[in-house]
Amino acid sequence: MASKPRVRVPKTAKKGEIITIKSLISHKMETGRRKDSKTGELIPRQIINKFVCNFNGKQVFASDWHPAVSANPFMAFNFKAEESGEFEFVWTDDDGSTYSKKASLTVN
Amino acid sequence: MKGEITALATIVALTTGAGAIAFAADDWGKFQVEDRRSGYTYATAETQAMQDDEFANPAMLWVEHGEEAWNKVDGEAGKSCNSCHGNAAETMKTVGSTYPVFAKDIGKLENVEDRINRCRTDNMKAKAWKYDSQNMLGMVSYVKRQSLGQPMSVKIDGEAAPWFEKGKAFYTQRRGQLDMACSHCHVDNAGNMIRANTLSQGQGNGFPTYRLKWQKPGSLHRRFRGCNKQVRARPFKTGSDEYLALELYVMWRGRGLPVETPAVRN
Repeated sequence: MASKPRVRVPKTAKKGEIITIKSLISHKMETGRRKDSKTGELIPRQIINKFVCNFNGKQVFASDWHPAVSANPFMAFNFKAEESGEFEFVWTDDDGSTYSKKASLTVN
Repeated sequence: MKGEITALATIVALTTGAGAIAFAADDWGKFQVEDRRSGYTYATAETQAMQDDEFANPAMLWVEHGEEAWNKVDGEAGKSCNSCHGNAAETMKTVGSTYPVFAKDIGKLENVEDRINRCRTDNMKAKAWKYDSQNMLGMVSYVKRQSLGQPMSVKIDGEAAPWFEKGKAFYTQRRGQLDMACSHCHVDNAGNMIRANTLSQGQGNGFPTYRLKWQKPGSLHRRFRGCNKQVRARPFKTGSDEYLALELYVMWRGRGLPVETPAVRN
């Protein structure tokens, strides 16, 4: 369902600098509370329920998402840059599938 | 007593100061031309920030989708948009600010959606896209995005004149159970509250607009339908002649305002 996760991480940062990381993913975030206008049946829930960011394999940010989160969720957080490395962002869908994106950071 | 007077004087000074600040904030820069104000100026600071940041603007996902579709070969003729039109940044540069236009070949007014579908069916031999489908929203957003910042300037003379008159009449025609015309909200009461929402001038320069309520972008015709339903009138179909004429009139109302596609609104 979801496609094209996007992240924005500065390419370089000074040691100890606090950087802002932004992410956006396209997803319908179906709450499970809406009804089909024709049949009256509930539309089954399908949301991204977890968003995790790992840096060099170590988890640095994680959040659980719930049905009130909007479609096409945007998430931004701050990160203190101490060493160069690679971020991995992972979104986990209700159906078990995951979407991921990588970005690297150079600290000088 | 003297203390009280001093206190009062301070309050007066503070109030005047606040007034001056509010006045300064009323300068909307490029988002205002004479008395015409973009919907941007009525939006909250958070919504404006979302539109300003190309990354945070969720409608850019559709623009990207449109860019991919631009280069994708589709239909029996084996063509993509790119095959004929090449670099959209050059060839589509004025589309967002000048459409809808009167198309001589089909003898009627045509907006970007219709033009894309005509290209698809006639030149690409591909299936037409539905209004407000992901493909259509993506392509229209991508095409109009190329005109970002350009002043709106639709042509209303010549063969477009009868359409313009029709649109103008639609705009001031009372309709629906509430017996309201477009102008009652968007001319007479722009800036006032309607229940919990601020009414804007109803400008079309940011469409397809990402509406937070819709959780996705939508066409101007979808917005027309919503407005018509709210005054409890039966809406016309998206792409109908009535809405095409209205689109021309609405775009003319916003003449000079910059193209903001894709805008973000509440």
